[in-house]
Amino acid sequence: MLIEAVNIVLLALLAVTAIAAVRLHDLFAVAMMFGIYSLLAAVMFVLLDAVDVAFTEAAVGVGISTVLMLATIGLVGRHELPSTHRSLLPLAVVIATGAALIYGTLDMPFFGDPGAPVHQHVAPFYIGESPNQTGLPNVVTSILASYRGYDTLGELAVIFTAGVGVLALLGLRRRKRPGKEKTAQ
Amino acid sequence: MIDNPVLRIIAKIIIPMILLFALYVQFHGDFGPGGGFQAGVIFAAGFILYGLVFGTESLRSAVPPGVLRLLIAVGLLLFAGVGVITMLAGSDYLAYNALSEDPIAGQHLGILVVEFGVGITVSAVMITIFLAFAGRNDP
Repeated sequence: MLIEAVNIVLLALLAVTAIAAVRLHDLFAVAMMFGIYSLLAAVMFVLLDAVDVAFTEAAVGVGISTVLMLATIGLVGRHELPSTHRSLLPLAVVIATGAALIYGTLDMPFFGDPGAPVHQHVAPFYIGESPNQTGLPNVVTSILASYRGYDTLGELAVIFTAGVGVLALLGLRRRKRPGKEKTAQ
Repeated sequence: MIDNPVLRIIAKIIIPMILLFALYVQFHGDFGPGGGFQAGVIFAAGFILYGLVFGTESLRSAVPPGVLRLLIAVGLLLFAGVGVITMLAGSDYLAYNALSEDPIAGQHLGILVVEFGVGITVSAVMITIFLAFAGRNDP
């Protein structure tokens, strides 16, 4: 009963934060709203017993991405330009997509249903054999690093590519100050 | 560079704790929540806080861009290299059992090294992205 109440309050706060982020025009406040949204999402993940995911969400969503958004706002200015186009067509598209997604959830198994396909495939094998095969108490780590090592290598390659992309586009070179050029060379 | 003494002193106190916590998350990921990705992000967060409070110029001298560029590749190569070593040991790519006589010890070693590679690349990429964005604002 208590957990349902906490879930409802958290989901309501998520909705309020999202609507506030859309309606605000001060981008600094929007970045803060995104940070709060990520923090609430991290709390949701803790309630769903996904501690590793909550950890990532709290570190990346609340910390790093907020700082990066603030750094970008520092470059582009903190106020949104007034919008000139009508938003009726996008609204209709969003409502139609949302309705389709909600219709899709009707066929999904209930949360925590042990008969759900996701709990019937390889998951029982991993959970049963992980302590014997890898000797690790944290089954999340043994799946990510050992059973699904290829996936994690691919994810790391994605992060590597993102870093190389930023380096190629923006670079890390110091901008030369006027008057101080040539002295370093 | 921010001339607020409270911020500067608090940052000096908590940055070592952030880095220590990141190392804990890195090497304790086998036993508790966490792992290379989370540890890398937390480690980078410590450096980014340093850059925010003391200026990107100080951060640049603490971690030179050349070192960052190198570390981005080192982490990924460490991960991929473990796979090559297991192949040289006569097993499949990334089959850690081949790393040691005892399969469980091999798994332990393989996962530890692989997670360390993840941590290195993730933290180097995060610091790089921060420096690339924030550093553009410097005069």
